[in-house]
Amino acid sequence: MSGQHLLSVADLGADGIDEILQLTDTFVEVSARPIARVPALRGKTVAFCFYEDSTRTRVSFETAAKRLSADTVNFSIATSSVNKGESVRDTVETICAMGVDALIVRHRSAGVPWQITRWVDATVINAGDGGHEHPTQALLDAYTIRQELGSVEGRKIAIVGDVAHSRVARSNVAAFTALGAEVTLVAPPTLLPPRLDDWPVEVSSDLDAVLPKVDVVYLLRMQKERMTESLIPSLREYTAGYGLTRRRVDLLADDAVVMHPGPMNRGVEIAAEVADLPRAVVTNQVRNGVAVRMAVLYLLLGSGVDLKPEVVGA
Amino acid sequence: MPDVDLVIRGGTVVDAAGSRRADVAVADGVIVAVGEGLRGDRELDAGGCIVGPGLVDLHAHLREPGKEEAETVETGSRAAARGGFTAVVAMPNTTPAIDSASVVREVQTLGREALCAVHPAAALTVGRAGEQLTPMAELADLGVRLFTDDGNGVQDDRLMRRAMEYATGLAHDVVLAQHCEIEALAEGGHMHEGAWSSRLGIPGIPAAAEEVMVARDLALARLTGARVHFQHMSTAGSVDLIGKAKAAGTRVTAEVAPHHLTLTDAEVASFDPVFKVNPPLREQSDVDAVRAALVDGTLDAVATDHAPHTQEDKEKPFDSAPPGMLGLEYALAIVLTEVGVPIEQALAVLSWQPAAIARLSDEHGGPIVEGRPANLCVIDPTAEWTVDPADSASRSRNNPYAGRKLTGRVRHTVYRGEPVVIDTEAQR
Amino acid sequence: MDREDVHRALRRMAHEIIERNEGRLGEVVVIGLQTGGAPMAEALVAALEEIDEASAPIDKGTIDVALYRDDIGLRPVMPEEVTEIPVDLTERIVVLVDDVLFTGRTIRAALDALTDFGRPRSVQLAVIVDRGHRELPIRPDYVGKNLPTRRDEVVDVSIDGVELGEMVK
Repeated sequence: MSGQHLLSVADLGADGIDEILQLTDTFVEVSARPIARVPALRGKTVAFCFYEDSTRTRVSFETAAKRLSADTVNFSIATSSVNKGESVRDTVETICAMGVDALIVRHRSAGVPWQITRWVDATVINAGDGGHEHPTQALLDAYTIRQELGSVEGRKIAIVGDVAHSRVARSNVAAFTALGAEVTLVAPPTLLPPRLDDWPVEVSSDLDAVLPKVDVVYLLRMQKERMTESLIPSLREYTAGYGLTRRRVDLLADDAVVMHPGPMNRGVEIAAEVADLPRAVVTNQVRNGVAVRMAVLYLLLGSGVDLKPEVVGA
Repeated sequence: MPDVDLVIRGGTVVDAAGSRRADVAVADGVIVAVGEGLRGDRELDAGGCIVGPGLVDLHAHLREPGKEEAETVETGSRAAARGGFTAVVAMPNTTPAIDSASVVREVQTLGREALCAVHPAAALTVGRAGEQLTPMAELADLGVRLFTDDGNGVQDDRLMRRAMEYATGLAHDVVLAQHCEIEALAEGGHMHEGAWSSRLGIPGIPAAAEEVMVARDLALARLTGARVHFQHMSTAGSVDLIGKAKAAGTRVTAEVAPHHLTLTDAEVASFDPVFKVNPPLREQSDVDAVRAALVDGTLDAVATDHAPHTQEDKEKPFDSAPPGMLGLEYALAIVLTEVGVPIEQALAVLSWQPAAIARLSDEHGGPIVEGRPANLCVIDPTAEWTVDPADSASRSRNNPYAGRKLTGRVRHTVYRGEPVVIDTEAQR
Repeated sequence: MDREDVHRALRRMAHEIIERNEGRLGEVVVIGLQTGGAPMAEALVAALEEIDEASAPIDKGTIDVALYRDDIGLRPVMPEEVTEIPVDLTERIVVLVDDVLFTGRTIRAALDALTDFGRPRSVQLAVIVDRGHRELPIRPDYVGKNLPTRRDEVVDVSIDGVELGEMVK
């Protein structure tokens, strides 16, 4: 990975993604040890700027940082009354003045991580910006596919659900297609982005026809709020057309896997009993998430791959 | 001949009648002579330059009263003067809105000390709430000639019809100007709905949000016979509708903002809220269509939609930041550089045509002949300059043209005979 | 050193390891440092098992110590292989194997890394080449060859032999 930040999967390219996934193997092994810790980022400080509540992602990053022996500082601005009303710029400048090596940022507005890079020198990691990108999610998803199926290249992957509003979908499309997978988006037209002419994907509204052909079914969360915007008539109709029901799971090939970024709406996009099948690898995604985030943190804060190579003593 | 205060020497005079090499002599705020070899106590060098009627902006947000930290009537007028404007129609989405006699008078009073003529537009509805018409007759008696809820369009179809009908019965000839945006279609959007919004995951405002209101108002204009003016037209569909309506004889005029002539939605990829504006920056095919419509006369005027915002406001997250960009100091240069029309046509769309729409032709827009008020601008059409955001008379810095190389610049501006800008520097 | 020399050195070192750890060979775990020490460790284990045919196979593993290095942040440091230590090292006799011993910093990092896998009874160090220039108080237990070098020289060790070269700038 070149450059100082991880803002977008689209910027990484196949080589950048491969570098991270390869390094993740090392951190999977570290995470499996009885003492899951290495001193690699000792002395570094990682700050969390989460403007959107997200325990899962934040704890995953926090675990990753601590396993690398970095210190962590938490600014849960979503729940802190002190910082409400303060501009993002003022908040991050204050945090960085305290001496921070990396800011991990989540915000409901697209583009905030990019804006922050203009104001501070610290490394910025995008943990989700509005409907735009969620790079580490895509990386852990790609790693999980590689782990389950051997490779992402050549795989047929269906991404099902509210693609229009999903940063996970956007990052996944970028990552999976960069690695050579064939991606099909499955959703009603109201839940697809308005213009897909230059996206390297197929599009379908017939989930039953797509399922037998794919190696991976990636389900997106269906949020109840979408109903009030007339995007779908009802959750029931959504599940009937696009939910991974027990009946639909039987359409899948034997070794096809089911993935979900979590948290799952059991009974909506995924039937409760389907979520517990062995082919639903959601817990693997979560486990891999820590190792992937360790790889990202190490590459950005420790590996010094941008430093000029000098004499390397033994 | 009375004592000549000022002579603009060595330029080529251009107005609606044509162009000729001539000097212009000014005394007591009035043009007293146009000809060769004029001398006076004070001289403005116009060698190699075009001397045209002062520009008229149909659409500027001067922010006063209510948001003086972004701009005031004075600072806005200074920026206008640097851009060659001698008259500006000030938009009524202030706080309080310009919807009553007292606020109209307040802005007129502020305008008295300004570096250009400041003509407040009045809101079409009280508080711009879209429910009740403002006292149009009373406000027109005070001199208001343009009514608009700009910032928003009038959503209620029946109310818009009644506004148009009522306007046709007023003693004064007023124009109803519309910010065409159907809120139900635009709601939640922060940029143009298209390939870029799909990529960036930012909800979009479809072209239809503008076009549906354009179509509605054209039909209502035909129904009522009212004089209607469309503000900041931005889409291919809109200019197509206007072109067809004009061909069929509908009494309609339309303006375009400089940014819609040159910037596209691709700019939003930087996530810099400087590029957030309403109507949003559209895709290339819209920019091409709008440019062509300006060139072929479908669009009558370039109006800046100068919309200053504080740095703090424009550093907010993209979807929270207020829309708008600066324009007064760049409009002419953008038209000359990016659209490439001859200077006569540039002056037509920036000076006498908007003057006519705003009913300001008595004082602005030329012709440049003896007896007319001395509202003039001197333009160096070959001046090459790079836009430096710090070099601006505006209080704000939300400038989308930073670093852009432009050709053509206003050198001097004369307002009521007073040289308010000399060699691009405001004189007060 | 040529191929024969290396092979001979490995056999000698294997004898020394057996002699020193008389009666406790079953507690020995041979761990090669990635990437230079790993093939050496393989060869050493093969030699040990050949000499002492009767005993059970020797436990072995590999370790990549990049994440424990003290020059992270000063120069590009990247793990190259995944660590594989299949047994708990508590109360075991660890024989750490590397191809070249130089400043000693890599071995210091390896000692730190090992403690995350248990508490060995002891750690012994085997290197094919000791080229001098120690910066830390680290000393090998088993040495294939002592090779005085200049700091700017490069020592390349493999099963096929040892070569001395100039640093490529």
